[in-house]
Amino acid sequence: MLDLISSDYQAIWLSAKVATTATVVSLPFGFAAAYLIVFTRMRGKSVFDALVNLPLVLPPVVVGYLLLLALGERGWIGSLLAEFDIRIVFTWMAAVVASAVVGFPLLVRSIRIGLEAIDDRLIQASRTLGAPWYDTLFTIILPLSIRSIFAGASLMFARSLGEFGATIIVAGNIPGVTQTIPLAIYDYTNMPGGEAMALALCLVSIVLSYTVLLINEGLAHRFHRERRR
Amino acid sequence: MRLDVSLRKSFEGFAFQSEFRVEGERIGIFGRSGSGKSTLVHMLAGLLRPDSGEIRLDGRILYSSAEGIDVPPERRRIAVVFQHAHLFPHMSVLRNLLYGYKRIPKAERKIDPDALCRVLDLDRLLSRGVNTLSGGERQRVALGRAVLAAPSLILMDEPLTGLDEGLKYQIIPYLKSTFAEFGIPLLFISHSLNEMRLMTDRILEFESGRLMGETSGEELARRRMGTSQVGYINLLRLVRIGERDGLCTFRWGERELYLTSDACETGEVFELSSKDIMLFKRHPEAISARNLLPCRVTDVFEMDGRVGVELDCGGEKLVSEVVHPAVDELGIASGAEVFAAFKASAFRVLY
Repeated sequence: MLDLISSDYQAIWLSAKVATTATVVSLPFGFAAAYLIVFTRMRGKSVFDALVNLPLVLPPVVVGYLLLLALGERGWIGSLLAEFDIRIVFTWMAAVVASAVVGFPLLVRSIRIGLEAIDDRLIQASRTLGAPWYDTLFTIILPLSIRSIFAGASLMFARSLGEFGATIIVAGNIPGVTQTIPLAIYDYTNMPGGEAMALALCLVSIVLSYTVLLINEGLAHRFHRERRR
Repeated sequence: MRLDVSLRKSFEGFAFQSEFRVEGERIGIFGRSGSGKSTLVHMLAGLLRPDSGEIRLDGRILYSSAEGIDVPPERRRIAVVFQHAHLFPHMSVLRNLLYGYKRIPKAERKIDPDALCRVLDLDRLLSRGVNTLSGGERQRVALGRAVLAAPSLILMDEPLTGLDEGLKYQIIPYLKSTFAEFGIPLLFISHSLNEMRLMTDRILEFESGRLMGETSGEELARRRMGTSQVGYINLLRLVRIGERDGLCTFRWGERELYLTSDACETGEVFELSSKDIMLFKRHPEAISARNLLPCRVTDVFEMDGRVGVELDCGGEKLVSEVVHPAVDELGIASGAEVFAAFKASAFRVLY
């Protein structure tokens, strides 16, 4: 029933690559942003918080267009990168950037919930026992928030697999280069007789996303059990 | 240990402002909730930044607004035992215990973990997760964790408040033997008079963010007699001798006391209320109370209309509470000889 052709496999592989890269690259920044929001008393925290969450409420197309303006050859980031002979727009890296920006708020929100659940006095206890803040970060805060980090990462990964609006604008829809699963499905639906192909890719998409959810649940349970031991 | 403190800190609706110097090994900070005890603890440990002032521990400046010094908590060498233990939930008992130990230079690891585990009776628990421990066990682990960090001072912030009565007094012997054995100075914060009297030598009393003065457990107990229904609580340290006529006999200084048999198995420290002690001018030939001791009056004091009579019973001190007419009839005054009588059942075991 699954009659996938080579461009489909390319789309699946590309989707996985884009989502994985976007998630892995965003993780440290997402954790840092959540840490700043929860544990520091910086000025303009609410402005920062709103900025982080903005991509969540903006239409992805708007995000994509803004990224195109910034990363394009005449954009301020694009022109800077051009000096090092790096071009991002219409490459798979653009798809990574689009996914990262759109998925970032989900990652930060999830980690933030985990960090907020940590009892302040555990952190204080560790400090009074001789641990500097970075020691406390690695021995107390990270282990206690690992579940929320995984939850955020899988949410973001799933969101990246489905990214369409921002990606099509900043990365285009080039088969084998930037065509991820959603873009390929979009192409099939515009093609006479493409319904079966579109459905096959839909099925792949469902299986992939469902697997991510299962892995996330499994990890959550495992950590929960360990905590209870 | 010498502690020099001069601190100000204001919050909305509350201001802490105190200045004191205190020397000793077992200092109590006493006051009801909202008196600023916890604020002081947090400022001493470096967990809360004062508005201004200075903290010196044994001459070392830990905080000084004038000199712009604010030593971070991890370098103050002041360990805290919190009210709810706050053990790290993702670590075993052993890893909790060694958390601070591992973070001090090897040369400063002067406390042997094995010896500490013996004193605190933690050997059986080491591999357990902390979420399976009882409240008392958790507090013992928290104390062990603090002691192993070899601090210059341990702050105990209401460490027994969350525990039920029975458990609370089971822990006190552990606390006492730990501090006696390892010689770490202690600042014990509590609103419980009994805990203060059992754990500390000198007491600083706080009220609404201000130091009211230095006091002693004895003075606080006398004051409590004026306000409380239970009277003055005598704390008696007894040594069990044996059983006779269905009662237990205990040695108390030079004297022998009878207690009802439920006290036989356990206990070395007992409560005896001043209200349960009756005074006689001459020896009553026969009386139902099993304990009758000849004593000499050493002090008579008045608290809010109640009269306390301090007695010397063979070298041990006892306080009885009487009403005004009784003072006149018995001719109670310093130096007078009386007989004190109390029932075998009047005692309550603490631990």
